[in-house]
Order: sequence, then C-alpha cells, then structure tokens
Amino acid sequence: MGVDAMTSDMTKKLSKRDVLKGAGALGLSAFAVRVSAAPAAEAVTPALIEAAKKEGSVVFYTAMDLQFAERLGKTFEAKFPGISARVERSGAERVFQRIGQEYASNIHSVDVVNTADQAHVIIWKREGWLAQYLPEEVVKYYDKKYYDPEGYSLVTRVLVSPFGINTNLVKMEDAPKSFADLLDPKWKGKMVKAHPAYSGTIMNATFEIARDLGWGYFEKLAKQNLMQVQSATDTPKRIVLGERPVMIDGAGYLVIRAKEEGKPVDIVYPAEGTPVATSPSVLMKDAPHPNAGKLFQNWMHSREGQQLLIDFARQYSPHSQAVEKPGVRKLADIKLMKEDPQGVLEQADAVKKRYAEIFGV
Amino acid sequence: MTIAIPTVPAPRKFGIDLSKPVLYGFAAILVVLIVLPLSWLFVYSLTDAKGNITLANFYRLFTESSFYDPLVTTFIIATTSAVLCCAVAAPMGWLVARTDLPFSRLIRALVTASFVTPPFLGAIAWELLAAPNSGLLNQVYRAVTGAEPDSHLFNIYTIEGIIFVISCYTFPYVFVLVANSLDRTPGELEDASSILGGGRWYTARRVTIPLVLPALLAGALVAFLQAMTLFGSPAILALPAGFHTMTTKIWSLFQFPPKPELAAAASLPLLVLTVLLLRAEKMILGRRGYSVVGGKYGAPRLIPLHRWRWPAFGLCVLLLFNPVFLPYGALVNAAFSPVATTFLTFHNATMANIHFVLFELSAASLALKNTVILGTATATIGTAIALVIAYVTARQAVTGWRALGFLATAPIAIPGIVLGVGLFLSYTRPPFVLYGTLWILLIAFVTIALPSAYQQLQAAFRTIHPELEDASRILGATRLRSLWQITAPLLRTGVIATWCFVFVGVMRELSAAIILFTSETKVISVLIYDLNESGDLGAISVIGLGMLIITFSVVIAVNRIPGFGTVRFRT
Repeated sequence: MGVDAMTSDMTKKLSKRDVLKGAGALGLSAFAVRVSAAPAAEAVTPALIEAAKKEGSVVFYTAMDLQFAERLGKTFEAKFPGISARVERSGAERVFQRIGQEYASNIHSVDVVNTADQAHVIIWKREGWLAQYLPEEVVKYYDKKYYDPEGYSLVTRVLVSPFGINTNLVKMEDAPKSFADLLDPKWKGKMVKAHPAYSGTIMNATFEIARDLGWGYFEKLAKQNLMQVQSATDTPKRIVLGERPVMIDGAGYLVIRAKEEGKPVDIVYPAEGTPVATSPSVLMKDAPHPNAGKLFQNWMHSREGQQLLIDFARQYSPHSQAVEKPGVRKLADIKLMKEDPQGVLEQADAVKKRYAEIFGV
Repeated sequence: MTIAIPTVPAPRKFGIDLSKPVLYGFAAILVVLIVLPLSWLFVYSLTDAKGNITLANFYRLFTESSFYDPLVTTFIIATTSAVLCCAVAAPMGWLVARTDLPFSRLIRALVTASFVTPPFLGAIAWELLAAPNSGLLNQVYRAVTGAEPDSHLFNIYTIEGIIFVISCYTFPYVFVLVANSLDRTPGELEDASSILGGGRWYTARRVTIPLVLPALLAGALVAFLQAMTLFGSPAILALPAGFHTMTTKIWSLFQFPPKPELAAAASLPLLVLTVLLLRAEKMILGRRGYSVVGGKYGAPRLIPLHRWRWPAFGLCVLLLFNPVFLPYGALVNAAFSPVATTFLTFHNATMANIHFVLFELSAASLALKNTVILGTATATIGTAIALVIAYVTARQAVTGWRALGFLATAPIAIPGIVLGVGLFLSYTRPPFVLYGTLWILLIAFVTIALPSAYQQLQAAFRTIHPELEDASRILGATRLRSLWQITAPLLRTGVIATWCFVFVGVMRELSAAIILFTSETKVISVLIYDLNESGDLGAISVIGLGMLIITFSVVIAVNRIPGFGTVRFRT
C-alpha cells in the first residue's frame, strides 16, 4: 500500500520520510510514512456546527460499552440538534477488521473511530487513512502523552483490566489477589475470560501478561476450565449474572458501575500489576461526514464529553479539567503493567495464534 | 347437409413469444448465482496467499487438529441432532396426522412457532435458561433441592447442550415431512390391511410406517444438513465452552488477518458431504419410493388413542416447552428484568431495556429497515424466479428444462456460510463489486431460498391441469400471457405461502449474513449476534421478541406456511 500514491490534500510539508520495517507480520509490504507539521488546534466554531448540520449525521465505530456509546451519541444529538449519531459497537479487533475489510472494498462509511488498541492507530496512520485534527481543549488540557502531536489520534479514555468478583459467590477476603492465585485448583470452572481476537483491551492485556509472566502462565490457566466469552464488556456482565464468580479480565469500569448500582460485585487489582490500554479515537481522512466527524471528535474530548465518561461510564479521562468522582481508585494508585503499542503491533497475530492454540478457540 | 365454412384465417397475433428469451435469461441468472461463487471457492482453496497453485490448504485442513477436530465435532453434532429430531418428530407427526389427538391443530401451530423462531435466538434464550450457574432452570433446581450454589442440573455450554438446542429448532423439518406424508397416505391401504385381519398396531407397523419411511429418511437428512451448517447456535454455545465447529472455524478464518484461502478450503468438505448425502438419499429413495397412485382416496383413518389421548397430548405440549414456551418465557423475563437472569417480579420490573432499544440503540432502526427490505425483496424475487422455473419444469416448456430444475435445486447443497465465503470472494472484486451493498445479501438470500421455494411451487403446479393453459394458448395468448392470466390466479395460495416461507427464512438467516454484512448493511440477525458478543442480553431479548412479533404477524396475515397445513392461530 503506497502512501506515495495518495497525494495529500491537506497542505503538509514532507519533513521526514521513513521506511518502516517489521510490518511483514501484518501482511503489509514496506511503505513510506509522511510526517507532517502539527495542525493548528481548532475550537468548535459556528461555521463548523453549520457545516456539520448540513451533513446531518456522524457515524461512530467504537469498542466502548454499548450503553455508554449510545449515551454519548444521544447527548451529542441533544447538544447539536439536527445531527444524528449512529453508533456501531464491536470489539476493537473486530472494528479494526471491519474497517480494513470495508476500506479494501472502497467503502468509506465511518467518520470517527474509537478503538481500544493503540497498534491500530499506527497501522491506519501508515496506510494514510487518518485525518489530522487537534481540538483546542486537547492541546490545552491533555498531557502530551495522550495525543499525537500531529493530530492523527487522541486518547479518549484509559482502560484497565482488573479481576472482578461476584461477592455473593466469593467473599472478598477469599478472592484471588494475583494472577498466580488463579492457578489454584479451587478456581477451576469458576472463571470467565474475554478474547484477544475480539477485544483490544484483552489483546493488550494478553500481550502484557504473556510478556511479564510468560506464555507458560496461560498454558496453566487454560487447564482451569475457563468460560471463554468474546468482549471485555461481557465478562463483567457474566459475573453480575452470577454465571461465574471470578472475571479474569475485562472492563473494570463496568464492574465499578455495577457495584454502584448495588450489584454484588467488586474489583481486585492483581498483585503482579493490572493490564492497561489507552483507548484512542481517530477521524478518518475519507470520512463521509468530515465536519460532523470533527465536531463529534472535538465534543467527545471536551470537558463535557469527558465528564460524561467519568460520571456515567466510570472510566479514566485524560482531560485534566474533568472532575474525578470518588469511588474509582486513582490510576496513579494502581500498580499497572506497561503498555507497549509497538510490541502489540508486531506481535498481534502471533498473540492471536498462540492464544487460539492454548485455549482452543 | 353441409355448411360452407368460410376459410377466413384466424386473426393471427403478431406478438413475439418472449418465453424463450425470458427462460434462457433465467437460466443465465442461475448459472451466475451458483457457479460464480463456487468457482471462486475452488480457485481460492487451491491457491496460497500470493496466488500460486498449491494443495497446502487441504494439507493443513487434514493434518492440523485445529481443523479436523471441528470437523469431527460437527459430524457428531449433526448425526446426533438428526437422530434426536427423528425420535421426537416422527411420533409427534404420527400423533398429529393419524390419531385422534386432541387439539392437534394447536400442536401444529406450536411446531410452526418453533420453525419460525430463529435458531440463534433460541440458543441465546437457552443460555438464559440453562447456563450452569445463572440459568433460570438451574436456579429453580437449586431453590427446590437446596443444592450447593455451584451445583447444576443443566449445562448448555457442552456438546450435549448444543445438540439439544439445535434439535429444538430443526425437528420441525422432520415433523413437516412426516406429517405431510402421513396426511397423504390413503386410508384404503390401511383398510385393506384391517379387512385382511391385521390389527390396528399390526397395520401401523406393516403398512403405515413403511409408507412413511422415505419421508423420515428425507427428514433425517434435512436435519443433518441443518445441524451441520448452522452458525449461530454453535457460535453462541460452543465458543464459551472452548471448542469450534466447522462453521465457527470458517468464520474465525475471516478475522484479521483474514485467510480466505483456508476458509475456502475448509468450506469444501461441507459442500462435498452435502452433495454426497443428497446423492445417497436419491439412491436409497430411488429404490424404495412408494408412489401412492390411484383415484380418490378416503380420508386417512384416525387411530383412537382412548385413555392415551390426554397423556399423548400432554407429552407433545411438554416437548414443545423446549423450543417455544421456556425460551419465550426466558426472553420475556430478560426483557423486563433488571438483570437478565433475575426472576421478574412486580417490584423489580423495568422498562429500561425497552427504552434502550427504542430510543438509544442507534443501529437498530437501520438493521430493521435492511431486514424488512431484504425480507420483502428476497421473498418477491425468490418466489418469482422459483415460479418461472417451476412452470418450465412442470410443463417441460423448453428444451433443457431438466438443467434448469437442477440449477434451482443445486443451492440446497451449499451451506449458508460456504455461500457467504464464495460470494465474498466473487463480489469484492471487479467487475461486480457488490460488497457493502444490500445486493450481495439479496443474492445470498435468494440463492439460499431458491431450492425450497422451487420445490413448493413445483408441487403447486402439479395440481393444476395443463389443459387450462392449452385452452388459453389455442385462443391465441402467448405463453407468458396465459401464465399470467390463467395459471397465476390458480396458484395464488401456493405463491403467497411460498413468499411467506422465504420471508421467514430471511429473518432466520445468520450464517451467510455474518460473512457479508458491512456496518451499513447490517441485518437484525447480525445485530443480535453482535449484542450477544458484548453480553447485552436485555437488549437482545427486546429485539428478539420484536422480531418474533414481526414474523408471527407475517405468518398470521398469510395464515399458512407450506407444509404445516393451514395453521389457524385465531380460533
């Protein structure tokens, strides 16, 4: 896929040309990447709103929990009447696959994508599929590590994947405290786990656990007779149902939400470290609704969108002005594993393959 | 006395008989529909990722356990389901058709209800019922017996669970074939046996059962093929248990990085097995067909069950709890309950799921629209094509009619997911880039619907005498005109019934759609599957119940589904 062939319609100066290797694992040949100057930070202007209204809708592919994604869409619609938001939710790895399949057939139906796997952004950027866009608030209030200086991607939320416990079935004092504890025979048949070929959070978690604890750990874990579901948003729901008492990985925020609703569930941050993944959003260059896409991308990362993320979805926001709500342990107070998008990029296929071999699906 | 007849030539119509071009056009359409995807399937299965010819795909298929294990699992599931379906459906069909079973119409209606229930929806409902810990039935079991918190009576995430759920929604095929065959079997043959001194049970054993055996065999085959080619139920129940069937394996090969060559190769065993089984059925039935020929027959004699009447009725209803009452109950419970597997009470009932689906779920309206468009278009186009081909074969109207009939039946040998893979390979490339449009789904659905639509309409044609058409043609009408003005009105009931059957089939379809959809062309079945993966069971229940309401409305509006007889829901 030659980015050279795509003459850039955004006036960018070719400041660096770099041929990246190591893409063979992804089935891509060598390609070139243009690195261009940072775009000017943009605010929401009446002109943008007007242009967005003319387009009438925004299409948002996302890996976030469906309830929150739809709430985000509805709040956006209420804020900007005349623009409808259509949410397509699936696991981040499925979203990635879907966009790849659609773009390969020249179908450009998505405006804004929120994935849970930074490796996807690296690939899309290489393919030249992303637009540059930096909302004003992001430049002002986001730590530099939370956005691409060239404006290709912005971190929307930070995801952790702790254990979840159904406290009706297991007392918190008896709950597993570490990954090592999960290998105890007493947890056999009692755990539910999500899948790295579906979920970006779990792809990152699997990569981090395999790196820190070794694949041998998963080989032992596979003998524990797990219930294998797909989505990181499904595992919390399974322990709420009481289908299994222990969730090995998945969306911590859904466990917290359920707990706050009075469901008998709680969180354990494993002793070896909690897997973490930052979840970036991008605006597509060939977006069918470019202005509505900009407006949505801008609003989602504004104080308002981010406060909804904290208050409704109970997730971690990169926005420094968003007010944290008590009940969620501060990110700084959790022992986190180290996120490594480049590592995930290089090993994603190997991780999927190895995982399928070990767990059978 | 002679009368001079003026030799005025009859006014000749100068219309061109368009029938031949139309008919050859249809043949061409069929060839493209079927041959194109299958060719690409073969080509891909024999090439590697770079396009070189190789047998490596097949080598991997038969040497790697991740491929042949699912093949074996699929075979076990299909065989057991077929046996189970026959064991349940044959006695039930006999009770309904040949005994004085009370409320036999109600039983038929309930079987129809199981038939129109999408199998993937049934599978999700059975998750709600029989997941080992949260399942409603297991909760009841623990409450009643006081058993330990993690003990359970049922575990749906097992191969037995999958066989059970598949059978729940496959047995109607066997039931219909058996009951229809018994409906058609003339009473005289049984009378003869009785007159010659055969007792009631002796007659049943020596006359009725042998007569119905071909139908039972055909039913077993259909059940086997259905169980083998289903995607939804195994994907929902086998993956959590940690194993694949062939269909879920093929689907997994489409995940990133996609391996279409392997998917194509993995599709071929399903295709070959289906063709072989259909051939085998032909061979067996070819020798053992009973043509029940004759003039007018008496109504089949009903065997009085006496004191077994009500127990037999009770047994049928009890069996129908599995595909209908229990799953529907679980869906209603999940739709209104705060947590999907919490028992609904007056105090905890919530409208949250309804509100979410109606006012927040932004993908729902598009999926509903797509499904209705595709259902209507597939039913209309599929019925039209089937009608023309059924006419041609029934009247042997053009040379080569046999080939046309064969082409129309051929897709029966193509499992949905295999067709999906073939169509994906065919229509993601020039000159026909249809991927991303509703057209590719329409092609898939029409192809899938064609064989059964054709067979039903062919049966309908046999009941209409060709003389009527001949009269019309003698009077100067072209073939198309006589078809339109004479035959069509006579066929109306059969056509409407077929239309309805195809529409229901589209609502049930998941295995081809799961390969072919894009975000703009999502259908309800795919939406439900997506929601299942993210664990949104409440939303699924609401959508699923809505889907059932639509389906039942169509069925009730048309009031009959072919093969199930006139099913009157209103009494």
